[in-house]
Amino acid sequence: MRRHLLTVDDLSRADIERILGRAESFAEVSGREIKKVPTLRGRTVINLFYEASTRTSSSFELAAKRLSADLVSVKSSGSSVDKGESLKDTVQTLSAYDPAAIVIRSPHAGAAALVARWTPAAVINAGDGKHEHPTQALLDLYTLKRRAGALEGLSVWIVGDVLHSRVARSNILAFTRMGCRVTVCGPPTLIPRGIESLGCEVRYTLEELSEADVVYALRMQHERMQGSFVPSLREYAAQYQIDGRRLGAGQLLMHPGPVNRGVELAAEVIDSPQALIADQVESGVVVRMAVLYELLAGRGAPADARAPIETPAPQPA
Amino acid sequence: MTDLSLDRAPAQPATLLLRGAVVLDPRAGLERTADLLIRDGSVAELGDSLVAPEDAEVVEGQGLHALPAFVDPHVHLRTPGREDEEDVDSGTRAAAAGGYCAILAMPNTDPVVDSASVLRSLRERARAQARIPTGFLAAITRGQEGAQLTEMAELSQVGAAGFTDDGLPVRSAGVMRQALQYQRLAGRTLALHEEDPSLSGAGVMHEGEISALLGLAGIPSVSESTMVGRDCDLAVYEQGWIHVQHVSARETVEAIAGARAAGAEVTCEATPHHLLLTDEAVRALDTNAKMNPPLRTERDRRALIDALRDGTIDCVATDHAPHARQEKEQPFELAPMGVTGLETSFAALHTGLVLTGELSLSVLVERMTSGCEPFGLPAPTLVPGSAANVCLVDLDAEWEVGEAGYESRSSNCAFAGRRVTGRVRMTVAAGTVAYRERSFALGAVA
Repeated sequence: MRRHLLTVDDLSRADIERILGRAESFAEVSGREIKKVPTLRGRTVINLFYEASTRTSSSFELAAKRLSADLVSVKSSGSSVDKGESLKDTVQTLSAYDPAAIVIRSPHAGAAALVARWTPAAVINAGDGKHEHPTQALLDLYTLKRRAGALEGLSVWIVGDVLHSRVARSNILAFTRMGCRVTVCGPPTLIPRGIESLGCEVRYTLEELSEADVVYALRMQHERMQGSFVPSLREYAAQYQIDGRRLGAGQLLMHPGPVNRGVELAAEVIDSPQALIADQVESGVVVRMAVLYELLAGRGAPADARAPIETPAPQPA
Repeated sequence: MTDLSLDRAPAQPATLLLRGAVVLDPRAGLERTADLLIRDGSVAELGDSLVAPEDAEVVEGQGLHALPAFVDPHVHLRTPGREDEEDVDSGTRAAAAGGYCAILAMPNTDPVVDSASVLRSLRERARAQARIPTGFLAAITRGQEGAQLTEMAELSQVGAAGFTDDGLPVRSAGVMRQALQYQRLAGRTLALHEEDPSLSGAGVMHEGEISALLGLAGIPSVSESTMVGRDCDLAVYEQGWIHVQHVSARETVEAIAGARAAGAEVTCEATPHHLLLTDEAVRALDTNAKMNPPLRTERDRRALIDALRDGTIDCVATDHAPHARQEKEQPFELAPMGVTGLETSFAALHTGLVLTGELSLSVLVERMTSGCEPFGLPAPTLVPGSAANVCLVDLDAEWEVGEAGYESRSSNCAFAGRRVTGRVRMTVAAGTVAYRERSFALGAVA
């Protein structure tokens, strides 16, 4: 495994299995009354969030705290980012505090990779634009594995707005890497051209949904409704909503949250025992603990966690 | 209509004897080792064992090639408005270092070159600062807003080298048609940035597998080719002539070839980056791979190379687009579009197309020297009697792009860090020495 977690591509199948195993052991810790371990005592984790987030930011905070790290959370509003500071300057400033890890969420693809060029800290991508969200994919794998037992051979349908979804991209890569068959399904206007090259199949209707073992519904963002991607919410729900009639017995249901009740999911399936949505949230903390552990305390992490910062090329006179 | 003339700062006409280089001028059917005498800024003689006049500098050219110097019809000098990124002095210095003897600058500056007064002041600046002859295109529409034509007749009289809204398409077919009608009066070429904004939208790269992987909004090839189709039809209908800028897609090449066969007067250009790179270069989200039109697929690149070889694409243009370092050091989606290319075009194309056997050196030289023909200016030549426009290149010299910095004020080069083969040692533009590589200059003196 590399020094940073920027994309699912950074992870081999063995890396993923090791992280899931580690998360399992942290789950045991989380069951105790004192949920803390001293692994990262004296080390600093910085959460740098350029986008609103509840689940991801709070679970990273909890994960760092349960590993006894010192945690600093920086949000774009109310910080120097508000004053127009560039990402590079913000990262170099925060790096002066000598953090062991920077967790970054940004509305722009590739932001985490840029941060990794500008800091000696380990960088964790907590979502970069519509590109990737690798820790979401890991917690989804963890959740599904706990429920289904094994991942190999499962058929996973990812349904909804694939075009704008970083979760979809990371999950296509992660599920296929673990031996699942992935199908993406949604309105043709919301399925990006060329997505098959990630190793998934494409369907535009739910007709064959019954072949899925797992239905992974994506959030349908209200702002997408204005861009004429779909004619109306009503039409979208009629064609793609997962409801009690469409979700077969024995099929599992996942969703990265937050859910739009009555849009991508009908209320009856959200609350059904087939839904893993609450388990996904719960898994967030232990999986992110495992990722922090892997990067900061795992195999060979500390020694090379102090790589030199990129030196700028000479400027022309 | 007045004749078109380019501007540059006054400089001493050169008298020099270039000894023993391979003199290659494909248009003149010239390729042989010879001495080339430049006297008072003109090519005076071409022959064996020429005797240097008393006042002549002697340049040893053994092992080097003397080519007609290059012409770039598509450069952003960022002046007025963004002189921190490029100015007339630095931009023309970069051009001379790349072997160019003439360039045409785009009008998408701040303010836009859309009035006679802005154009006059730019020409004045070029007459004070430009190292090589420089022409200026004016905008097709006021403020490049796409609504109202500029005073094209007056701008022509003041010396506009052509008209373009480069950076933006002329969105409305009606306005495009009026510009073509008005061309009968203004008499200059319309150079067109072809893109349908309703298809390119918020796109930041080519739409395809890699944009799907990266989650970036794509610009489909049809955004360019459908607009080219429209404008070729309009040009035929109004009997005008157009020049299509920076062709990037296979579909566009086909549209142009088809329109030409049907009688449209259309010329076009391609950039070194579109001829050499593909959207694979975007995979690492390097902002020096971000430009408009975007890098497309290998299939498109192949079509561009074929079209450059067979003449469907008339000339190479760099679309040299300097950007400040802090603006390129941002996430890909936020970084501005454009890359620099004046100093690397020959070396990059020589390395990527000639050394690989895909294009002959002669064809490359032809396409790099013909950039002003679509605008009514002749291509430079080495035939005795012509103004001296010569670049001296070492085809074997290997170097790394950016290793010694750039003459340009900006460093956002599409080929930064790449090893290339072929180096411009000296450039003579319109009769004066415009560039000399430092080590080469020292060698020549010794």
